[in-house]
Amino acid sequence: MSQVLDTPPNATAAHEDLAALAARHGLSVSGARPSLPEYIRQLWARRHFISAFATAKLTATYSQAKLGQLWQVMTPLLNAAVYYFIFGVLLGTKRGVPDYVPFLVTGVFVWTFTQSSIMAGTRAISGNIGLVRALHFPRAALPISFCIQQLQQLMFSMAVLAVILLAVGVPPAVSWVLVVPALVLQFVFNAGVSMVLARIGAKTPDIAQLMPFVLRTWMYVSGVMWSIDNLLKQHHGWPVWLDDVLRANPAAVYIDLMRFALIDSFHAGQLPPHVWAWAIGWALFAGVGGFIYFWKAEETYGRG
Amino acid sequence: MAENTALTDERIPTVIADRVDIVYRVNGTTGGRGSATAALNRMLRRKASEKAAGTRIVHAVKNVSFVAHKGEAIGLIGTNGSGKSTLLKAIAGLLPVERGKIYTDGQPSLLGVNAALMSDLTGERNVYLGGLAMGMTREQIKERYQEIVDFSGINEKGDFISLPMRTYSSGMGSRLRFSIAAAKDHDVLLIDEALATGDAKFRSRSAERIRQMREHAGTVFLVSHSNSSILETCERALWLERGELRMDGPAEDVIKAYEEFTGDGKKKPKPKAA
Repeated sequence: MSQVLDTPPNATAAHEDLAALAARHGLSVSGARPSLPEYIRQLWARRHFISAFATAKLTATYSQAKLGQLWQVMTPLLNAAVYYFIFGVLLGTKRGVPDYVPFLVTGVFVWTFTQSSIMAGTRAISGNIGLVRALHFPRAALPISFCIQQLQQLMFSMAVLAVILLAVGVPPAVSWVLVVPALVLQFVFNAGVSMVLARIGAKTPDIAQLMPFVLRTWMYVSGVMWSIDNLLKQHHGWPVWLDDVLRANPAAVYIDLMRFALIDSFHAGQLPPHVWAWAIGWALFAGVGGFIYFWKAEETYGRG
Repeated sequence: MAENTALTDERIPTVIADRVDIVYRVNGTTGGRGSATAALNRMLRRKASEKAAGTRIVHAVKNVSFVAHKGEAIGLIGTNGSGKSTLLKAIAGLLPVERGKIYTDGQPSLLGVNAALMSDLTGERNVYLGGLAMGMTREQIKERYQEIVDFSGINEKGDFISLPMRTYSSGMGSRLRFSIAAAKDHDVLLIDEALATGDAKFRSRSAERIRQMREHAGTVFLVSHSNSSILETCERALWLERGELRMDGPAEDVIKAYEEFTGDGKKKPKPKAA
């Protein structure tokens, strides 16, 4: 049996039998993509890993800083301060917007959640190729885990936001409960888009260089620092479709929902029509579509 | 275990490799190390031959076939860059194969959790994170936690398990990594040079642990540059050279031929020019 071989062992005739041998003993093809229900089952079985990985990443972020976890609160605060200085003070965008500070801070925090989720998703596979090549787990765990990390980060921001709201005199209201469904829907939307970009980014890492520009453009049309409602009232000559597009933009939908929930001077009339339908629709479309799109390439992640 | 299965008419196969080819594609290797013109060229000529477009193809494993059976411990040997680790990753289902198929019984696992661990976290949190990454439940980890820490010997010189892993010496780090990885039982176990970590005391302890795991696991694959540890652990060996399977047989015979090939059994094999 043991000699130096010029041809591979088990001479050629045996090759035909290998597949049959595997079938006879019920062996399965290694690295094959599981069916969608099986994939979901595997993902559910790894839920503790997903949450532990997210928490670990979050804790590790500021672990070398002197102020440590205090930065979780400081970073969103500083962000809000910078945007207030530029858009509120220098450019005077606040004209016509009551409670501009909470309006702006809500917009910035909610937008940052989507933006960083998508950015993290883009690098979820390409930036963790070592993990993908070393351990076996449904790869969707990575983009989802990064989105959970961003959600945890947002929780710190929301605590800051609550303090700001009370400080500027916005009274707490029952409508604050709406924050929960709004956040759940936005999380599903973020996770879906992240999974789409994770697949694209795994094949073409260059996309990570491009995304900041796409996201910045998206931010400026989403009414993060200004009111879409005011803008549309000022420009009556604009075509109707532009109006619809601006209002149906998922980022704008989630931002406005959050403002509606938190700020009492932001009334239902400023919301786009059928806002909850849009919010649910975007979440389902991105969440389900993104998940299936990601799963379709499951067996290719990890290729060099 | 091997004797038992050998007595039956047909031994039970656990891993079957059927004419496996594995290919790496590396972007931006020709035409000035990923210069802008090379990248542009690559984009414009996507349809043209991949070589012209600056994508290098590295054919890491070529037409490899073998059948591994329940109860076998198989050593993989070969000079650096001969495709041993690549083949191991493909068996684990972590690297897609270009041609051919690998059939496995259950999910083979690589012994290693390094990639899942975070150096900024404490050893304790890494035990949990690594265990979860390998697919253990929180209860299983909690049950084995003390065992893992004791085995690693991390706490022998003080309470190091509650310090971030970046403060560990490289030996301590690799001991903890091995201990976490070895905490789980596997059907088909793939080990990549894991025996070479830590000091002499820890090496003998880990060799013992691998023997235990072999008893639980159906099949063990071991990649190592230490011929003696292959002889100690494995009864069969596969010799890969430049991606091709050069020899497959009893470990003593293969190692002997391999030592003749590398010139001197005592000397470390010379690294091949990449």
